[in-house]
Amino acid sequence: MTFPTLNFPVIAPQIVLVAAALIILLADLMVANKRILGWISLIAVIGALAAVFVCRSDSAAFPLALGGPSGPGTMALADGLGLFASAAVLIAAGLAILLAIERVGDFSRFEKPGSEKKQARSGDHPIAEAPGPQVTDRAGAYYALLLLATAGMTAMATASDLMTIFIALEIFSLALYILVGFNRRDLRSGEAALKYFLLGAFASGFFLYGIALIYAATGTTSLEAILHNIQPMSISLPFRPLLPVGMGLLLVGFGFKLALVPFHMWTPDAYQGAPTPVTAFMSVATKAAAFAALIRVLAAVASYDRPWLLALAALAVLTMTLGNLAALRQTSLKRMLAYSSIAHAGYLLIGLAAGNQLGVEGALYYLLAYTFMNLGAFAVLLAVQRRDENDVTGDRILGLAGRQPLLAALMAVLMFSLAGIPPLAGFFGKLYVFSGAVEAGLAWLAIVGVLNSALGAYYYLRVTILMFMAEPAESDQEISSGKVETLQPGWAVMTTVVLAVLGTIVLGLWQWPWTQTIAQAVSTLALR
Amino acid sequence: MVPISYYLILSAILFTVGVVGVLIRRNVLIIFMSVEMMLNAVNLTFAALALHFLSLNGQIFVLMAMVVAAAEVAVGLAIVMTVVRHKDTTNIEDVNLLKG
Repeated sequence: MTFPTLNFPVIAPQIVLVAAALIILLADLMVANKRILGWISLIAVIGALAAVFVCRSDSAAFPLALGGPSGPGTMALADGLGLFASAAVLIAAGLAILLAIERVGDFSRFEKPGSEKKQARSGDHPIAEAPGPQVTDRAGAYYALLLLATAGMTAMATASDLMTIFIALEIFSLALYILVGFNRRDLRSGEAALKYFLLGAFASGFFLYGIALIYAATGTTSLEAILHNIQPMSISLPFRPLLPVGMGLLLVGFGFKLALVPFHMWTPDAYQGAPTPVTAFMSVATKAAAFAALIRVLAAVASYDRPWLLALAALAVLTMTLGNLAALRQTSLKRMLAYSSIAHAGYLLIGLAAGNQLGVEGALYYLLAYTFMNLGAFAVLLAVQRRDENDVTGDRILGLAGRQPLLAALMAVLMFSLAGIPPLAGFFGKLYVFSGAVEAGLAWLAIVGVLNSALGAYYYLRVTILMFMAEPAESDQEISSGKVETLQPGWAVMTTVVLAVLGTIVLGLWQWPWTQTIAQAVSTLALR
Repeated sequence: MVPISYYLILSAILFTVGVVGVLIRRNVLIIFMSVEMMLNAVNLTFAALALHFLSLNGQIFVLMAMVVAAAEVAVGLAIVMTVVRHKDTTNIEDVNLLKG
């Protein structure tokens, strides 16, 4: 019996993240100032990002993590694709932590259960003097869960075995279920968590059954071995017909996680009910991890065959169209962005449906662009939402430009990028995936995508118009005249927004380093 | 010896029962049990395939899936509890603040 060899550099980011999460859980018991925990987790994320880059330079020397030499038994693979998606996830995690550092108390503090009851009872028993409600701050748990979710996502991005993909998926899903329901005082947070959990667990069942059927069909769960075994004449496989069934079930599971229509029912509810920093994080990081895994699975199991690509194209059309149409009629900006993120999953899927070099490269570029612009947009929502709320309606941003010109201008840039207006990153992302579709002979898909972008531009530009051309709403005029508590976004929230906007602009204007990295990442994949 | 296909068919039936349970029942806890049933149906598939391929991998997957299911129970019941504390109901239709 051979002892499995561990290649530590490949799993270094996960080691850093999990270790930091455990340290934070311990430190949470000793540290009174919870902000320190935020800085520790930010350092951990930066450390993990550094580890990703170190792996990158050594990726030729250390292509494998677990299980001996190249081939079956490899559980994780630090190739270009995995490292690129890991980097996107880590950037999202870093920005989400920075975003939460000032505002985490809004949703992590709650009165100890029981202390309320004592107060209520104190009327009946005047002798037992009730103590004031004891406030507990669970900010430490927030940071620890965020780091664990990030560890799961980076693991999913680098996984090269269906079982690793499943375990990683569950690691980050479980952490996200808790994060979505983190605000215990707000029933909507709990409801969002309940819906997300039930549908997520349901999807996990499909995902696992898909893996089981693929295992039945091919006798292995290693993506590399699957690709080898399904070649004609390699070995006899009595259950070979189960392969497409398994792939279909796997696609359903991915569809739930990526919020593709018709598996998107949980998305608007979960995104709206979750605390805003959590929404910002999960809307981008989950997609980066799951898309990386989907790209790998498609290459191994479906070998980018025509019928599967057409199925993806159909999903993309549904996802874009329904996402955009539903976003049009939202009054809550958070819910609007939730539907818009569904639509963006559709654009990303176009790149995969094209199945060629250009399309997948475009999808990866879009993924990074989307990370910056969507996270930035949610950060702006956090900046304008009050401490006691968890949502932003359209009239809150009326005339924002008059009160907070910088914030309004930054939001406008993000909206332009989401709408796909050159020269911002969102435009080039769409350009790449659409040209990938045209190159693959799916011109109709590109046309549907362009039409959908026009539809999307309507509600993104409406936000801009509301900010710059409308008078403040009645309730907010008092705020601008200084009568009511002002809505000053803290410096950390502003820094996050500025970083996100910078990312959007830099990615758009200064392309070659990114496109080159992506081209290298994609070149090792077996595409059409 | 029972042929492998019997196991696969049985687990497919169990899985379908779980799916139908999730779709038609309205009690959160029953939905939850149906999800667990789906996962256990998959476990049966894995165990049967481990015998069929004479490899340990399938059995290891069963253990992994069981760990995942246990973790899911821990998180899921906690979430159900937070909602029940607010609303005192386990009917999914009554939990309807978010819509649109």
